[in-house]
Amino acid sequence: MSMPFYVAPEQLVRDKAEFARKGIARGRSIVAIEYDNGMLLLAENPSRALRKVSEVYDRIAFAGVGRYNEFETLRKAGIRQADVMGYLYSRSDVTAMGLATAFSQTLGQIFSHEQKPFEVEILIVELGATNEQNRLFKVSYDGTMLDLRDVAAIGGKGEELEGAIRRGWREGMTLAEAFELGVEAFRTTEDRESEGWEIAVLDRTNGRRAFRRVEPAELSAD
Amino acid sequence: MTGATPGAITAPEGTTVLALRYAGGVVIAGDRQATEGHLVAHRHIQKVFEADRYSAVAIAGTAGLAIEMVRLFQTELEHYEKIEGTILSLEGKATFLARLVRQQLPMAFQGLAVVPIFAGYDRLVSDGRLFTYDVVGGRYEERDFGTTGSGARLAKSYLRTSYTDEVARDGAVDLAVRALVAAADDDTATGGPDIRRGILPTLLTIDSGGGTWVADPEVSELAAAALEASR
Repeated sequence: MSMPFYVAPEQLVRDKAEFARKGIARGRSIVAIEYDNGMLLLAENPSRALRKVSEVYDRIAFAGVGRYNEFETLRKAGIRQADVMGYLYSRSDVTAMGLATAFSQTLGQIFSHEQKPFEVEILIVELGATNEQNRLFKVSYDGTMLDLRDVAAIGGKGEELEGAIRRGWREGMTLAEAFELGVEAFRTTEDRESEGWEIAVLDRTNGRRAFRRVEPAELSAD
Repeated sequence: MTGATPGAITAPEGTTVLALRYAGGVVIAGDRQATEGHLVAHRHIQKVFEADRYSAVAIAGTAGLAIEMVRLFQTELEHYEKIEGTILSLEGKATFLARLVRQQLPMAFQGLAVVPIFAGYDRLVSDGRLFTYDVVGGRYEERDFGTTGSGARLAKSYLRTSYTDEVARDGAVDLAVRALVAAADDDTATGGPDIRRGILPTLLTIDSGGGTWVADPEVSELAAAALEASR
């Protein structure tokens, strides 16, 4: 009988993390930018059928990069949790914080207990009554949860993108300005043109269900 | 449905609701009263609910169970839309509601029945459609109009004599109010418009643009005219 090799836990975690990061780095990035009436989610996505950004609840949206089947599993679980909570209690009891915590626990569990970690990074965005009350959470493949403000980015060049957008961001931008800022940041960071945009907003003017998909033509003035 | 069996529990019941088709859409309406035995349980209960942007449910029967059923129905429709990324077809929604009604069957044997009307705009055929149900979850599509609840027969008789195929939105809303007034006139459980207290029937129109509640001033005017005509 052969004995399995001893692998130090540090090594195991490092290997898994490296594996997950590589998978995520191959994916196209997504950014979230706050504007005067809400929050813009902008994803580079050449597909018209496979979505990376989605409505979760009245004022909550989800965005995922990495392996499609993996973040799709998380998206569906998130929607299910939100709908069950809202049905059992009240619509106002469904929060991004609760969802992000659940995602974080699931991803953390998978990272430490499964052979292969999920190769995903996700954003959970909640629109508050005012921009001050907006919530922006980023959850990584190992369950790490970050609480961000104003802007966020996930995916291959997430950090650079976030930096580029933060430099150009100011309070009270219009949706068109926020879109322009996102597009410009993509262009400089990736050093190429986008192969297609998937755009969605959580906007206070949309009523109870704040989520709406936007066509690029609605935003580009030029 | 009213009239309690000895020993059975009683709970407030919704009374008359109805829906009728007009060119390019459908109107769904209900009175505001819930009745428990011979007493008024609630004077301004809501019995017409938007199920989603393009459809609505009106309820009759045990109010508590019916309202809960509607809440589940709304949640399920929205859930489907978010998971699948597309809205369920009107047929699909009507079938799903039939299953919810059928699940209530054991309660119906206890005397607590729920019988809804479902109406909406079908985007596949670009027209308004409506469905009535029976207590076992039978689903029946109606061509012109449907009614349910304690005053259903009275409302139906009124509509049968007054309804025409060519009716447009305004005419349909007027007809709906008149039919409710006719039902309230002879059915003690149904609450007629109470202008003095400002209790008016609820009406929702659904067409290609989605659902729109008929505003109070319009309902008030139509209700006053209908009451005047029935003097």
